[in-house]
Amino acid sequence: MYSNLIIDLMQIIMLTISTVVVMMTTAFKRDHGLISGLTVFGLFASLLTFVFIQPVLPLEATQLLIIDEYSLFFSNLIIVGAIGVALLAYPYFQNHNVQNEEFYILLMTATLGAVVLACSNHFVSFLLGMEMMGVSLYAMIAYPVHAAKSAKFPLEAGVKYLILSALTSGITLFGIALVYAYIGTMGFDEIPTALEAAGDLGPVFLIGVLMIVAGAAFKLSLVPFHIWTPDVYEGAPVPVTAFLATVSKAAMLAVTLRLLLVSNAIELNVVTTVLTVMAAASIIFGNLLALLQENVKRLFAYSSIAHLGYLLVIIIAAAKIPGALSVEGVSFYMLAYFVMSLSGFAVISALSNSEKEYDQLADFRGLFWRNSWVSAVLITVLLSLAGIPLTAGFIGKFYIFTTGVESELWFLLTMLIIGSAIGLYYYLRLIYIMLQPAEDDTNDPAAVSLPLGVHAVMAAMTAAIIYLGVYPAPMIDTLQSLASAF
Amino acid sequence: MILVWLITILFAGGIGAWLSEKLNPELPRVIALATILLDLFLVVLMLVAPGVLGLDSASQAELGQTGEWLILSSSEWIPRFGVAFIFGADGLGLLLITLTVFLGLMSLGSAWNEIKERTGFFYFNLLWTLAGVIGVFTALDLFLFFFFWEVMLIPMYFIIAIWGHENKEYAAMKFFIFTQVSGMLMLLAILMLVFFHYQSTGEFTFSYFDLLETAIPDGFGFWVMLGFFIAFATKLPTVPFHNWLPDAHSQAPTPGSVILAGILLKTGAYGLIRFTIPLFPEVSADFAPTAMLLGVISILYTAKVAFSQNDLKRLIAYTSVSHMGFVMLGVYAWTSQGVQGAVMTMLAHGFSAAALFMLAGGLQHRIHTRQMDKMGGLWGVAPKMGFMAVFFTVAAVGMPGLGNFIGEFLVLLGSFRISIAAASLAAIGMVVAAVYSLIVIQKVFHGENKNNLVVEDLTTVEMICFGLMMIGLLWMGMYPQSMLNMSEPTLRSLGVLFFQ
Repeated sequence: MYSNLIIDLMQIIMLTISTVVVMMTTAFKRDHGLISGLTVFGLFASLLTFVFIQPVLPLEATQLLIIDEYSLFFSNLIIVGAIGVALLAYPYFQNHNVQNEEFYILLMTATLGAVVLACSNHFVSFLLGMEMMGVSLYAMIAYPVHAAKSAKFPLEAGVKYLILSALTSGITLFGIALVYAYIGTMGFDEIPTALEAAGDLGPVFLIGVLMIVAGAAFKLSLVPFHIWTPDVYEGAPVPVTAFLATVSKAAMLAVTLRLLLVSNAIELNVVTTVLTVMAAASIIFGNLLALLQENVKRLFAYSSIAHLGYLLVIIIAAAKIPGALSVEGVSFYMLAYFVMSLSGFAVISALSNSEKEYDQLADFRGLFWRNSWVSAVLITVLLSLAGIPLTAGFIGKFYIFTTGVESELWFLLTMLIIGSAIGLYYYLRLIYIMLQPAEDDTNDPAAVSLPLGVHAVMAAMTAAIIYLGVYPAPMIDTLQSLASAF
Repeated sequence: MILVWLITILFAGGIGAWLSEKLNPELPRVIALATILLDLFLVVLMLVAPGVLGLDSASQAELGQTGEWLILSSSEWIPRFGVAFIFGADGLGLLLITLTVFLGLMSLGSAWNEIKERTGFFYFNLLWTLAGVIGVFTALDLFLFFFFWEVMLIPMYFIIAIWGHENKEYAAMKFFIFTQVSGMLMLLAILMLVFFHYQSTGEFTFSYFDLLETAIPDGFGFWVMLGFFIAFATKLPTVPFHNWLPDAHSQAPTPGSVILAGILLKTGAYGLIRFTIPLFPEVSADFAPTAMLLGVISILYTAKVAFSQNDLKRLIAYTSVSHMGFVMLGVYAWTSQGVQGAVMTMLAHGFSAAALFMLAGGLQHRIHTRQMDKMGGLWGVAPKMGFMAVFFTVAAVGMPGLGNFIGEFLVLLGSFRISIAAASLAAIGMVVAAVYSLIVIQKVFHGENKNNLVVEDLTTVEMICFGLMMIGLLWMGMYPQSMLNMSEPTLRSLGVLFFQ
């Protein structure tokens, strides 16, 4: 019994051990290469433990956490993302004169928080994971604050994230308290029975539920809780932006979906209405505002708002169709979005370092002819974000349409088509800029030779985008089986 | 499998061409030529001696299709959603594949001396567009169809955006967004269709054959049909979805215009014939008067607009829309002559429009303008070019003895039985066509050579291309029965009205 428990929690335990090891090593020997190597190694080791976890699935590890195929999928995704971020961070901070080693400790704790979030089955672990990830992120975002020539505003971004995130944590906590006050339980899977026992619940309970939804919407940067996104994306160092866009989103989405489905909250009319409004607003505003951006990181920020809006369509569909299909779709879309974002930020990171970030649209002019490989990666990402066949993004969009049609969400589908049409414009514009003839550029960012790690991230993610787009059947089978639990 | 090979060869050739540029910038075009010739060889073999390729009825029986399918193959792709690789070609498909490969060769000919920069990537895009188009003409799984529908779009975007003319960004963007958005409506319609099929049978499938019999709940049929219609009408294009075409055609480099006008427009017509009407016969019958009206408006309105153009390529582009109006009219008449005429128009217009765009492109390459008021008297300096221009112009106008005449005549004949008014109005279009065509000849080739333009006459490569297209048009005009025989079984099985 206990041995099973330990095996199930192995991923979390391994992550914790790695964090401690990285921390201790830093205390004795400051060596950027060593620490980053240790981090990647520790993350790899944690990732590989899933091989052992598989046979004893699923299991409630204490009241707080549940380890099943679903949580394992997202945990693996999170750890892969963290490895990618670590690989991007090394060259980025290489020339950074101040001590860099703590960054990796923060990365590890943030990852740990994200994994806890993905496995969460209880409001306590939900809050715990969210805070562990959030607090680490405050410091990560503001990390290069002492960089001598840093052109960006990491401190501003960090403080902005800190204040808003703390505020939403408070709101979420209050919401949890209200819900607890009415139904007397905090375990996700106990909510349905408790709800039935409690009978008709007043508006205060619903307000509590909506407060929790608002907390999740903040982390997922859905309109109207999106205000922080572009500034933080722009101000944070690229590897951290990549973390925000991938790991933090995936973890939050995993737990939100589980909460909504397991607790049957998705069947509350108020919740679906609020989600529908947020989805439509995110799709439209995200895409419209992305049109105006001249900075690629901001552009990705708005595009991520729109994409989370698309994702919400699949979640809303769960109110009418079997939850399993919705989980399958969300997982696939999140996976696709995850690889696309990581790959996209790897490209920006390939052109940048902590002294200067090449993230203006103008910096990409002629990239296709200067460095075909890096720009081919970005073109693949953009086409995938636009949902063009042969890429993972298309299969993801296919899921949205399928679930949307099945649950007859005509309004949201219309918004989706309008949003995608607008989206095409700014994706294509970036592609077009890259296809322009190169100008005579003396300080050509692409001329710098790149470390192997960044190439590896770009190659692996691009391969994943194409593979998932061309032959998605194996991944769909996997997702179908993990979704069958819902 | 032979169809899969046709597509694979083009995909592989494209990659080969791209990679070979590093070795020698001359190499990509040679590889592209070899690839297309290989495909052409296989296509000719399919037409002339299918037995050599092992094509018989066995492959059809496997799929449970005993209709008029000459070639069918199927294998699983995404079983979760009932998506499969189903490729098939019947008479109509084969005609259009032949057209595609042949015009691919022509566009290669027009690129041969014109494209000097980044040749590897250019031929990659050229071959991938062709692969996408063949995929569209052969895919019989709606998911797969949509997949190829989009695959042919992206390389074309690159061709316009990189090798296009002065206003290429706008044109490429417009082309992409029009096609992509209308494509998304089609995707939505496809999924609705699949969902309704799932509701009534409990089976997820994208197979064309299964979906043909779908029972659609009342009130939804029209909207689902409209999703398909808009996508195809945008590609065809027909008024009011034609707006992207003049920009895309005039800004694209010559090979791009050739493929756009010659082949890509035909995918829209093909979609209407193969999917829109057979999938929704009743709704389409109700919708037919509207569609025919749009066709007539296209014919007359764009003919008038064409007349007022000064940009040679824009003018030809508008005439394309006008000619495609005949296709729309013929298809929605849904009588044997009407649809046969539409098919003939598709083939003949593919040749004549491609040739005219090659001439306009050749002129632009030589004198660096498309403005007709800057030209004049070119017959004196380039007589071969003048002759070709006259030939293909009168072909486009519908001179008896050439392919376009057969097509448009049959369309008028077929639609006359359905709507006398539509046919009479469309016939006026043929008169206007003569006016705007002759004005081109007058402005460009006749009169005085005011600017003392010195134009190099057609090169050997160009002469070969034009010669081949002349032969093609003559064949269509003199012996159309050879093509009508091929498409007739297809049309019968699609449910076209045949009068005895």
